[in-house]
Amino acid sequence: MPQMISTREAYGKALLELGRENPDVVVLDADLSKSTMTHFFGSEFPDRFFDCGIAEQNMVGIAAGFAASGKIPFASTFAVFVPGRCFDQIRMSVALSRLNVKLVGTHSGISVGEDGTSHQSIEDLALIGSLPGLTVIVPADAVETTQAVRAAASTHGPFYIRLCRPRTPSVYDQDYRFTLGKAVTMSQGRDATIIAIGIMVPAAIEAAENLKREGIDCRVLNMSTLKPIDEDAIIKAATDTGAIVTAEDHLKHGGLGSQVAQVIAGHHPVPMEFVAIKDTYAQSGKGPELLQRYGLTAGDIEQAVKTVVKRKNG
Amino acid sequence: MSLPEIDDSSSKTSADNVKAEVSSLPAAEAKSLTIKEMREVAKRLRRHIISMIGKAGSGHPGGSLSSVEIATSLYFKVLRHKPSDPQWPDRDRFILSKGHAAPLLYATLAECGYFPTDELLTLRQMDSHLQGHTDRTLTPGVEMTAGALGQGLSFAIGIALAARLNSQKHRVYVLMGDGECDEGQVWEAAMSAAHYKTDNLVAIVDNNGLQIDGWNCDVMNLDPFTEKWQAFGWNVIEVDGHDLTRLIDALNRAKLVKGQPTVIIAHTIKGKGVSFMENNADFHGKAPNAEEVEIALKELE
Repeated sequence: MPQMISTREAYGKALLELGRENPDVVVLDADLSKSTMTHFFGSEFPDRFFDCGIAEQNMVGIAAGFAASGKIPFASTFAVFVPGRCFDQIRMSVALSRLNVKLVGTHSGISVGEDGTSHQSIEDLALIGSLPGLTVIVPADAVETTQAVRAAASTHGPFYIRLCRPRTPSVYDQDYRFTLGKAVTMSQGRDATIIAIGIMVPAAIEAAENLKREGIDCRVLNMSTLKPIDEDAIIKAATDTGAIVTAEDHLKHGGLGSQVAQVIAGHHPVPMEFVAIKDTYAQSGKGPELLQRYGLTAGDIEQAVKTVVKRKNG
Repeated sequence: MSLPEIDDSSSKTSADNVKAEVSSLPAAEAKSLTIKEMREVAKRLRRHIISMIGKAGSGHPGGSLSSVEIATSLYFKVLRHKPSDPQWPDRDRFILSKGHAAPLLYATLAECGYFPTDELLTLRQMDSHLQGHTDRTLTPGVEMTAGALGQGLSFAIGIALAARLNSQKHRVYVLMGDGECDEGQVWEAAMSAAHYKTDNLVAIVDNNGLQIDGWNCDVMNLDPFTEKWQAFGWNVIEVDGHDLTRLIDALNRAKLVKGQPTVIIAHTIKGKGVSFMENNADFHGKAPNAEEVEIALKELE
């Protein structure tokens, strides 16, 4: 049984380590520090921790000001608020300004569960992924989160890191090394490629294992750097396997699937299926129940792979 | 809202005290002019604004003209800055939150020597570093990319807090429009600046009374404006925003305020200096035509 830990908890601990190493790191939150886990940092470094209250637009602006003065600000709240609540502030004061601001949205997707539709950020990647020059990372587990946070801190420019609420299985051990902009091949295969992000990476691995028993051999890619996306890995997957399934806890429009489709349409068109939320809002419920109802399980990935392989061979 | 007389208690905080207070800071190379010389600068700025927007064929003359004395008093008296080194770490920061007043900032920076004045006429043209609204990545001396209103005060707070963390003595000035204060983010920022006690931060509101759709009081009433800022925990100074002496005095008095940020509500006239633009909302975002440029420049001789 793999270790179960949430990416937000890994984030909180990574920030604390970073704070100990780099005095220029400052952390901002919007009255959710116990949920985003930035309170670890806040407790040890109260002078460098700024709880901006329930005012996300102001928080992003202050973060931009810190960055303009050479600080490395990490600004966190729920993904539904950053970027949702303050898109214009991110657009102008961060992206257009090319400032070194690190935005971290926790509690993304429908896996957040019972809080319901107002709190289920299923559009954040479409919003923030549209901004030129802003790097987007969706870590698959706690190990990758820790390293993504460090990569963001040491790479100049605006970043968005998308995290989630529930404890999820680890897919990496401690010697894993995250490389910005590079897809990670989780397993090789020749019949189809499953490209996944975030909590859908463990689901993709599980689906590939099940499919293998049925004689379908899948490559699995973790596309943790969603932007700039690893075009070479996508083109190679299309060329080598001839069929692609994407999997994300996000709307079908504007997230991973859209980006992958653009790459293969431009370079090597192959049949493709999308495991994502289909142009609808969800509802309250337990995370696993919601993932099942809205088609985001390993079983849904398996079905999509069978469909896409049929199209490929048809 | 009425324009009160300047508070006589200002005499307690003489300019000499202020000089003593800042004398330990590294030297700046900014020009320091007499009031008479500054009036000439202000006139030149107004002429630049008219010529630039006239040549571009689009732009925002009204809110540039109303802020001329504010920019003049800052850049030619109060700010410690080095036009030859726009990134000087100890410079005072001027944040133009009302990014549509870009022509004023560009003209001011050029008059200070950040770049040649003959570049001003490239405003809004392809490949010019003088964008329609300010872009911090393109223009020497421009601190903030602006244009979407309401964001400058938050940005300025970040700079003010960073200065505190770094034990730096520079100050942060942010210029906003009164109409801009319709934006909710301004009040989020106002609340937080007082909470963080950013006494190294001064907001200046160009209170010209007009926004695009008309008078503030008709579009969205801001009153009681002074009391709002006071209630949010700010030290408030009201001045005639076209009186250089009073503006400088207000900016110097703000330096002595500890434990809270200061807002200077500068009562101004939109389109100031050009008869047919004064108090005329139509010239918020409309360029003068060739004939109007000629008349305006004649009035500004």
